[in-house]
Amino acid sequence: MLFTAFVALAGCRQDMHDQPRFKPFARSDFYTDLRSARPPVEGTVARGQLREDSYLYTGKLGNDPGDYLPFPVTEELLARGQQRYDIYCAPCHSRVGDGNGVIVARGFPRKPPSYHIERLRQAPLGYFFDVITNGYGSMTDYATQIAPRDRWAIVAYIRALQLSQAATSADVPAGQKVPSDPPQFEELGSGATPPVVETKPARHSAQEEPK
Amino acid sequence: MQIFHRSTNTLSRATIYGAIFVVAALFWAAAEIQRSPYVTYAGVRRPQPVPFSHQHHVAGLGIDCRYCHTSVETSSFAGIPPTKTCMNCHAQIWTNAALLEPVRESYKSGKSLVWTRVNDLPDFAYFNHSIHINKGVGCNTCHGPVDRMPLMYNQASLQMEWCLECHRAPEKHLRPRDQVFNMRYEEPSESKPVEVDGKPYTDQVSLGTDLVKKYKLRTVTDITSCSTCHR
Ligand code: HEC
Ligand code: HEC
Ligand code: HEC
Ligand code: HEC
Ligand code: HEC
Ligand code: HEC
Repeated sequence: MLFTAFVALAGCRQDMHDQPRFKPFARSDFYTDLRSARPPVEGTVARGQLREDSYLYTGKLGNDPGDYLPFPVTEELLARGQQRYDIYCAPCHSRVGDGNGVIVARGFPRKPPSYHIERLRQAPLGYFFDVITNGYGSMTDYATQIAPRDRWAIVAYIRALQLSQAATSADVPAGQKVPSDPPQFEELGSGATPPVVETKPARHSAQEEPK
Repeated sequence: MQIFHRSTNTLSRATIYGAIFVVAALFWAAAEIQRSPYVTYAGVRRPQPVPFSHQHHVAGLGIDCRYCHTSVETSSFAGIPPTKTCMNCHAQIWTNAALLEPVRESYKSGKSLVWTRVNDLPDFAYFNHSIHINKGVGCNTCHGPVDRMPLMYNQASLQMEWCLECHRAPEKHLRPRDQVFNMRYEEPSESKPVEVDGKPYTDQVSLGTDLVKKYKLRTVTDITSCSTCHR
């Protein structure tokens, strides 16, 4: 009996569970930095990532930020922008863009400005793209977390937010659909878990900002 | 000549008969051990270089899963965030906390933090996040109430029978796609119907059955065939 048990248990080995194969992010003892995912050699261009269309990737024409989107603005794009904005920007900039996000409220020494101040309202679209791609001041960049198309979607949504705070229909370029009422934030667009702590977003801080 | 006493006849009969039970009991014990947390690690919290709390960051601060697990919608793996992602916030907040020393150290030196893997399938099984996310399987269906985990643990055994339990009847588990990241999603009920395309549903099976059609799921035979997961 015991013998059979031993024979049977001898089969319980981990050989097939851990094979010489790396799953994404697995540790490797071969390389000195222990990463099995190798950083590409500098200057590598992956297939499909050749940046021919540099405006799409930099938001700049020459050295100046451009003021248009590299593709048409559609309702889907704005919806995508809102979703991505709520995931990546709202923690600090808040869902209405006044700069009083949940994280900032926990004591950021340097607060983000409201998007509704005159300077940022006048800023060209490419400028926002550049801030996301390269960071600004104490804000780190989001280039690795957000793909270029999504960055533009966020930019379009930020402009929609700005317009919704002080909009006259003349401000809206022809053919561009921008929500005329301030967007409804009660509904959880991104499906993210609602924060347990109640924070009251100051909806009308645009008016309080010195111009 | 009689070496054995008569009573051994009964005794040996009893032993042979009883052996069946003993063997059965052993098999049962083996199966139970195989499914127990001792083997599967389900529910076991493991040491991490930094006591990162999902409860704090997800429920407390309302950060979406995708802020950190950026590739979950588009690739097979969800991805563990690089140190830089922590520094987006922690360069400005809790900058002196001793708890976060390993994070700052890692950021300065460029060496990755080495997190202990919590969910780990054997290398011969293939898993893919994006398809599950895009067909309406919520993170917490598989990972449990992540937003209430001060330290990460896995809720499920991740054994084959667990995968198959769902692949055989996906309609019992599907939810609308936009609710996948919502850790507080509740299955439809009489008091709290779930609305999809303007139609309110009050029970999981009718919602699930419609979602199976809407998201164009393949047949059960397809997704339970061995080569789906062993390739
Ligand atoms: C971790 C918190 C945080 C997150 C998340 C964040 N920001 Fe910021 N942002 C800041 C801070 C802090 C500043 C102010 C930086 C300074 O003035 O040094 C700032 C400033 C800005 C500015 C103003 C630049 C200027 O000219 O004053 C823009 C535009 C901006 N952020 C856009 C974004 C966008 C778009 C996202 C989402 C992709 C985002 N931010 C996510 C913290 C954050
Ligand atoms: C602030 C960044 C952050 C956010 C937001 C976040 N996570 Fe994580 N997650 C991590 C880190 C870091 C780890 C690795 C450490 C650990 O296992 O606790 C991790 C680990 C995990 C693991 C276990 C990985 C393994 O080792 O098997 C799961 C599952 C997980 N997260 C699910 C989620 C879900 C679901 C959400 C959204 C509700 C979420 N996470 C939100 C940073 C984050
Ligand atoms: C979007 C901003 C943000 C990101 C990203 C972030 N944190 Fe935090 N974290 C916070 C804030 C804010 C606090 C303090 C919460 C408070 O004051 O209640 C905190 C607190 C902590 C604490 C101590 C408090 C506790 O009880 O858990 C640890 C440890 C921690 N974070 C680790 C991490 C790690 C590791 C990462 C990277 C995977 C990370 N954080 C990413 C915002 C963030
Ligand atoms: C169908 C079940 C299922 C769903 C739904 C699911 N996961 Fe996973 N997750 C797994 C399994 C299984 C693993 C282990 C994969 C392995 O070992 O290769 C895993 C691993 C992980 C890991 C570890 C790192 C990695 O990429 O392997 C993270 C982080 C994670 N999941 C986060 C999430 C998030 C966030 C969601 C929701 C958007 C989610 N998961 C939805 C089953 C699931
Ligand atoms: C809660 C439900 C659920 C669980 C648990 C689950 N799956 Fe799935 N899985 C699905 C659904 C739904 C699909 C989509 C089927 C389709 O598209 O027809 C799927 C599809 C797949 C596919 C097909 C991917 C492709 O590209 O063809 C693989 C592989 C897979 N699952 C592996 C696993 C493994 C391995 C586990 C266990 C670790 C698991 N699943 C657990 C629901 C689940
Ligand atoms: C839904 C995905 C899925 C399908 C379909 C599937 N398997 Fe598996 N299988 C797994 C996973 C995941 C494991 C690893 C379980 C573990 O962690 O022990 C596994 C493990 C195994 C093992 C090793 C058992 C062990 O305990 O080490 C065998 C043998 C196996 N599968 C055979 C099959 C056969 C034969 C079929 C077809 C009838 C099949 N599998 C279909 C997911 C699947």
